[in-house]
Amino acid sequence: MKTKLSKKEMQHRIAARAAKELKGPCVVNLGIGIPTLIPEYLQDENIFLHTENGLLGVTDVEEEDMDPNLVNAGKLPVGEAVGAAYFHSSDSFAMIRGGHVDVAVLGVLQVEQTGIIANWAVPGKNIMGVGGAMDLLVGAKKVIVTMSHTSKDGKSKLLKECTYPITSTRSVDMIITELAVFKVADKQMQLVELMPGVTIEEVREKTEADFIEMHEERG
Amino acid sequence: MSKIKQDVQETLSCVKSGHTVLVGGFGLIGAPLTLIDGLTKRDVSDLTIVSNNLGESGKGLGILLNQNKIKKGIGSYFTSNRDVGDKYQRGEIDLQLLPQGTLAESLRAGGAGLGGYYTTTGVGTKLAEGKEEREIDGVRYVFEKAIRADVALIRAHKADTLGNVVYYKTARNFNPLMASAAKTVIVEVDEIVEPGELNPEAIATPHLYIDHIVKAAHILTKEGVVHS
Repeated sequence: MKTKLSKKEMQHRIAARAAKELKGPCVVNLGIGIPTLIPEYLQDENIFLHTENGLLGVTDVEEEDMDPNLVNAGKLPVGEAVGAAYFHSSDSFAMIRGGHVDVAVLGVLQVEQTGIIANWAVPGKNIMGVGGAMDLLVGAKKVIVTMSHTSKDGKSKLLKECTYPITSTRSVDMIITELAVFKVADKQMQLVELMPGVTIEEVREKTEADFIEMHEERG
Repeated sequence: MSKIKQDVQETLSCVKSGHTVLVGGFGLIGAPLTLIDGLTKRDVSDLTIVSNNLGESGKGLGILLNQNKIKKGIGSYFTSNRDVGDKYQRGEIDLQLLPQGTLAESLRAGGAGLGGYYTTTGVGTKLAEGKEEREIDGVRYVFEKAIRADVALIRAHKADTLGNVVYYKTARNFNPLMASAAKTVIVEVDEIVEPGELNPEAIATPHLYIDHIVKAAHILTKEGVVHS
């Protein structure tokens, strides 16, 4: 069986699953792309969202309250939560590198079977933006990756080895795609969960990376 | 002599060809749009611009880029203006990509009189190639040089006439760091007030960092950049 989802359905499925991993009290940094959808699925008021452009206490904003000078790292309008604090970029990254951010949720271009990711450059293309990704990889206590399982042309984005420049020598802790959830332990990917309606055969077929199967079969 | 300047063009005469210029902002947010506009009207070239992004396509620093006045860009995220990548592919601009935290900390170090510092960020990646590495307490670090510049162009919310500055929400970003790391610092603000009107506890950039103050004429609104 093949999983057919629209891009929006796929992104929301991944974001909703990632939200389940976040339990307060904790400070979470959300990256650009799918991670920006996660706040819709958060219930716990003890989850404090940090954005590297200088705000701890990010919340959703209604259209009429949007402020062009109040944005997240993706430059999208956000709101200011009760108890929010602003700071400059150096303080913001001191918080990140200094180990004060509990979880980072990032988008990636590729992930390899050791959990090492590539998300800042494609040789020969106009993608030349590292932003805060390298800092988050060295500093956040836990790193979760949210990504589509395959590229537009159907190729696996979970590889034996990254072909794009890597973001850090540190492995991420968890990988969530529209098909499955993987944990990374001892530089090895472990399949721990299949998304609803997805078969292990489909995951095997669409995954180039080697992984250990530790998921429980669903009845 | 008063730090308040009416003539943006004259104030920008401190920017010379070949200079390194720090420009505040995260994209257009917190970018000194009035000073950038002023710079697009000046006859300068071969600038090295230190800014998180080089604006957006045709906006902010994107205009200066399209005028071929920028020789080199130092920043963390050039993807948001595709003209930067196009110019780079054609060999028309030098780029130095730094992790965003490294860009910020290098500016902080530059302003704080340090030569550089060691960071774990980037170790083992392409961005650490050619940089000195050292192990401290069993952890690998890479050496990053401080950044200092000739001129800083920054954006703030209010300044008093002495040059004490407060910022507005996420428009703060790199501005306070850049205010510390250049020989000449020009700030553009929404409002200029008398000393004593700003809460001393809220001043993020004290007046000793600021040389010139101008009133903002180009403002970022929901509808985009507006000339007031």
